[in-house]
This record gives sequence, C-alpha cells and structure tokens, in this order.
Amino acid sequence: MHDLDLVIEPGERVLLLGASGAGKSTLISALAGVLGGEEEGEQAGELLLDGVPASRSRGRAGLVLQDPDAQVILARVGDDVAFGCENLGVPRDEIWDRVRVALDGVGLALPLDHPTASLSGGQKQRLALAGALAMRPGLLLLDEPTANLDPTGVAEVRDAVARVVEASGSTLVVIEHRVEVWRDLVTRVVILGSDGGILADGPPGVVLSRDGRALAAAGVWVPEYPPELPRRSRASGPVLLSVEDLAVGRRVTVASGLNLELAAGGLLAITGPNGGGKSTLALTLGGLLAPRGGAVRAAAELSAGASNSPIRWKSRELLTRIGSVFQDPEHQFLGATVRDELSIGPQSLGLGADETRARVDELLVRLRLDALAPANPFTLSGGEKRRLSVGTALATRPRVLLLDEPTFGQDARTWQELVFLIAELLDEGTAAAVSTHDATFVSALATDEFTLSSAGVLR
Amino acid sequence: MSAAILRINPVAKIAAGLLIGLVLVLTLDWVSGVVALVLEAAVLPFAGVSWRAFWLRTAPVWIAAPLVSITVALYGRASGHVYFSWLLANVTDGSLALALATGIRILAIALPAIVLFITVDPTDLADGLAQVLRLPSRFVLGSLAALRLVGMFLDDWRSLELARRARGVGDRNPIRRLFGQLFALLVLSIRRGSKLATAMEARGFGAPITRTWARPSSFGWPEIVLLLIGAGIAAVAIGASVLAGTWSFFGAR
Repeated sequence: MHDLDLVIEPGERVLLLGASGAGKSTLISALAGVLGGEEEGEQAGELLLDGVPASRSRGRAGLVLQDPDAQVILARVGDDVAFGCENLGVPRDEIWDRVRVALDGVGLALPLDHPTASLSGGQKQRLALAGALAMRPGLLLLDEPTANLDPTGVAEVRDAVARVVEASGSTLVVIEHRVEVWRDLVTRVVILGSDGGILADGPPGVVLSRDGRALAAAGVWVPEYPPELPRRSRASGPVLLSVEDLAVGRRVTVASGLNLELAAGGLLAITGPNGGGKSTLALTLGGLLAPRGGAVRAAAELSAGASNSPIRWKSRELLTRIGSVFQDPEHQFLGATVRDELSIGPQSLGLGADETRARVDELLVRLRLDALAPANPFTLSGGEKRRLSVGTALATRPRVLLLDEPTFGQDARTWQELVFLIAELLDEGTAAAVSTHDATFVSALATDEFTLSSAGVLR
Repeated sequence: MSAAILRINPVAKIAAGLLIGLVLVLTLDWVSGVVALVLEAAVLPFAGVSWRAFWLRTAPVWIAAPLVSITVALYGRASGHVYFSWLLANVTDGSLALALATGIRILAIALPAIVLFITVDPTDLADGLAQVLRLPSRFVLGSLAALRLVGMFLDDWRSLELARRARGVGDRNPIRRLFGQLFALLVLSIRRGSKLATAMEARGFGAPITRTWARPSSFGWPEIVLLLIGAGIAAVAIGASVLAGTWSFFGAR
C-alpha cells in the first residue's frame, strides 16, 4: 500500500472496501498502532490520530479482529474486559465501572467470573468489542468482525456495534466484504485500489451505485450485484453412501438417530446452528471418526472391493473414495509449496510422475493458483487457502466429497468460483455433502437439506 | 475454612509447598518423612479439596511411590542382612529401610504440593507473581495468555491427526508421522501466538504506561499462617529426625 491520503473526521463511520490484497487490514492495523516496527517492513509518510503518531497513541483506537478465538486473552469475562484498562493505567475502582458499562453496552449479560472458553463465536466477538470499548477509545476499528460468525452471530455483533456507536458517538472504521451488514450504519464508504491510493470515497448510496459493479467484480459482496449462479439440472444418480440410525460425537454423542443418503450428482446441505454437530457429522461420514451408534455404509460402487464401512478403510483407500475438506485449511496442509500440496494425494496413490504432474497442472489452472505454484501454502490469502484445500481433495478424484463450511468468510469472487467448481463436479457424478450456514450456497447447489438442531435432529 | 483456603494468595500456597519439599529432600530418613506425613494428614482435610478430587488428583503419586519403593528395595545401597539376591538385585536391611524412607518421602512432598496446586487459579497466580513477588508483568501476563492456548493445541492436534488420515498419509510410519504432525502443530501455534500478541498489543499491552491491576493480590495474615504451617511441618519433621538420630544429610551418615 502506498500514496494513500485520507482524513477521517471525528464521529464519521467509514466502511473500508477493496479487493483482497488492497491493504485494508494493513491500514487498520496502522491506525490501531499495532503494525510493528521497522524490522517488519517499510513505512513512508505519516499517520496521525488527533495529531499524534498512531503508534504512540495507545488506547485512542480500539481494535476488534476477525478471529474470535485469537482475541480472548484471559480466562474470565470480567478480567478479559478489564485487561485493556489495566494496561492504560486506569485506577482499579474505575476499571470495574467501565467493565460493567462495556459489557452492558454490547449486551453480554454474564457474571464477571463467567469462563471465556464457553462463549460462542458471536459472544467472543462482543467480548472483544467490550474490551476495546472499556478503553474508551475515540476511534473504533473493526477488521472483518463478523467474517467467522454464523448468521445469528453476525446479527449479534452488528447490533452491538450499532448500539455502542450510537451511544458514544465514537468514530468507526470497519472492513468487511459483505456490504449489506454495515451499509445502514456507516456514513461514508472508502474503496482502496489494488495498486495504492483511493478508488472511490463518498456516501454509501452514491459510491455503491456508481462503483458497485466494479466492487462486485473485485470480490466485494454488493447486494445489487450478486454472484452468478450455475444452471443445474439436479438429477441424482445411484446412492453411494448412506447412514442408518447414526449417532455421532467425539467423546459424547452430539447428534443421533440420523438417516441420510448421498447420491452421485447430488449435494446434501447439512445446516443448523454451531455446536449442533455439523462438523462431527461430516467427519463421521468421511470415515475419519467412528460412529457412536448406527452405521455409515458405502455402496459397492463406492467401496470398490474395500470394506463397506469407511472407518475401516486405510488412509490411502479413502483418497479415491471420500475426500474431506476441513473448515480450517491450515489443518490439512502438508507440503512446502502449493505444487507439493496438490501432488501429495496422487503420489500416495502411486500414480506416476507424469500423471501426477498432469493432474496438478490442470488443478492449478482450474483453481487459479498457477502463479502461486512455488509459494508456501501458509502464506496464501484466505480465499487461496480455501481453493487449495479443495484442490488437495480433488487431486485424487474421490467419488464422494465432504466440505465443511467451504464458503465461510470468502469474498464474492472466490465464492462464485467455488460454486461453479462444485457444480461441475456434481455434473461429473460426484456425490457431495456440505455443512454450511450459507443460505445462498444451499439454494444454488443443494439437492437436499438436512438440519441439525442443537437439541438432536429436525428435518 | 475451605473457602478461606481458596482465597489464600497462590504465591503463599506454592511457597508453602516448596518449603516442605525443599526441606524434606535435604535428608533421607524415614522418621522425618513419617512425621511430616502425619502432620500433613492432620492439615490436608482442611485444604478445601473434596475427597473425590483428592484421590483422583493424587492417584499418580499413590501409584508412583510404591513403584519407586520396590525399585529402591531391589537396587538400593545394600547393607546388613541379605534377604534375596538375583543378578544386580539385592534386597537387604539397608535397601529396605531406604525403600521405606523414599516411598514415604515422595508422599510427604507430593501430596501437599498437589493439594495446594489444584486450588490455584492461573489468573490469581499471575496476579500474585506480578504484584506480590514483583515479577515483570509483561512476562507474567504473556505466559498467562499463552496458557489459554494450550487447550486449543489439543484441539489442533486432534484435527491434524484426522486431516492426515483424510489426506492419505495416515498409514505412514508412525514415527515420521509424529514428527510431521509436531512440526505442523508448531507452525499453527506460532501463528496463534502472533495473533494473540497483536490482540494484546491492541489493548495497550506493552504501552509505556505504569500498569494498574484490576484484581488486588494481597499478602496478609492468612498467607503468613499458611507459610507458618508449612514451616512448622518442616521444622517438626527435622527436629524429630535429629532427636531420633536418623537425620542424614543427602543420605550421608
């Protein structure tokens, strides 16, 4: 990011938009004064908060980040909110007053000694917001605060922010690629260009109607310009995987009495609130977790000579039969480069060097990762990591594909690419099950929907 | 009494546990161990730990102590009457006495330490270390925040294991797999750590401002009483052993 000139007046509420890699997060970290020193990069020009360099105005800006789990600092709710005040040297009696006011403001009516580990994602984000508010910042900075939340969590956090900004009149800068979440709250939209500088700046209505199309093409979710959807016939073939009276869980059963079928060319959407067992069900279907009751059965066409119970398959036998893509791509990365990552599956199958290279080259192009082939998977952006983790499963051409929240936190462009890719696979006869909160995804691709409620099962 | 012990500053609890432990490792005789154990048995019921929790948490010690005793009985320094001998194993008067002393000593050191430690809340301990012992707050709070990540590492580890099976490399040589998985966990934990550091910095952690403490951590009479109990147990144990003539500094006579 370079050549950026921006003045934000007190009390303004700014939505900061821009394509992935435009430097939105860098700017917001700089505003918060947590960008790091000279050893971590180069810096030119100046960034002033109330006329003082941002790196020296600790506490003037409060920051809430994207990952709910990365922001919980202490074990008890009250202590966590108090942490910022302590660091700023606020006297003890005043700290606890501020803590109560902040928790009240974000609507977290919990005892001060409530354990932070037991909070939901939305509650953790509101806790982080309370922690920032207790510092009484003049500027509130939110870096994709709702990207990792389910729809309930998104609403919780948005409403809490609206309430506190209304009450305190503080300045707000928020990054988010889902425009509709913040649109009614902000007074100004700033779009960063991918080659430095500012592309557009003005009231939300004006900017979005003028530049909405370009923003959508750059991956921003603009309600007026939704992503394209593939046309699908939604005809399903033979059943490949079925479950009877299945109970799933790790140490305790989280859902039971499940009956469902995955057919070639069909996509089963598994929906329901967090904690309802969606991920656990996906792992169990994928032959990774043993059922706690009932059975997962592979049809003869899928098992192809192996046992009819996927949990009994060898790790290598899973590769051509069931591909599982985890919610967090980083858990699945094994290779030093993107190319290695995609080659690992075909190599495990004992495919020759030529066949492996051919498959990997094809996937690199199809996933728009060809320019990144020599890059380390951990250095990719969120959308690139997601595409790569899907690619690792596709490299061995499994008949059944299980995806855990594939569209979570993705920008509109990656979203559209994933949807088209999955549609193609379904057309080729792959059976898929996808656990998701994404209603647009479900209506675009699902042939069947299965809802897991937190209290068992509801169809 | 039980509620009172829960409120005692963790620094005092750890100091009391250390005091008994350090004094009891100075000598290797059975009298001091037995005396300490008897005194502890009189005090431990008031430590605010339920019997169920007590047996559950101290179970490893009850298993380890006899095992160590048996080993010492077989291989400990031989002297006096020989009861049994096979290869290097020599069960003698000397090794039996040493075995008894060692087993009792392990119980006498570990039981109070465990009981005192399991009632320690990490946050309260950090407050005590920083406010009472004046350890650097950056170090103490950094460690405290990192402690919370340990639970996440366990979840990460399980996910890594399943992910490896899903990726087709779950059948590989377990040693090689273990190292690969450890490395992956290391990478994930560094990333988690740096994210946490950013979140802490955003809340003013490390700012050049004198920090205040939301939770007072005081050191008053309850703490001094606990330390005196610890010191008393240690002193009586040593006194009894010296009077009985069994005191042996590091096992020397």
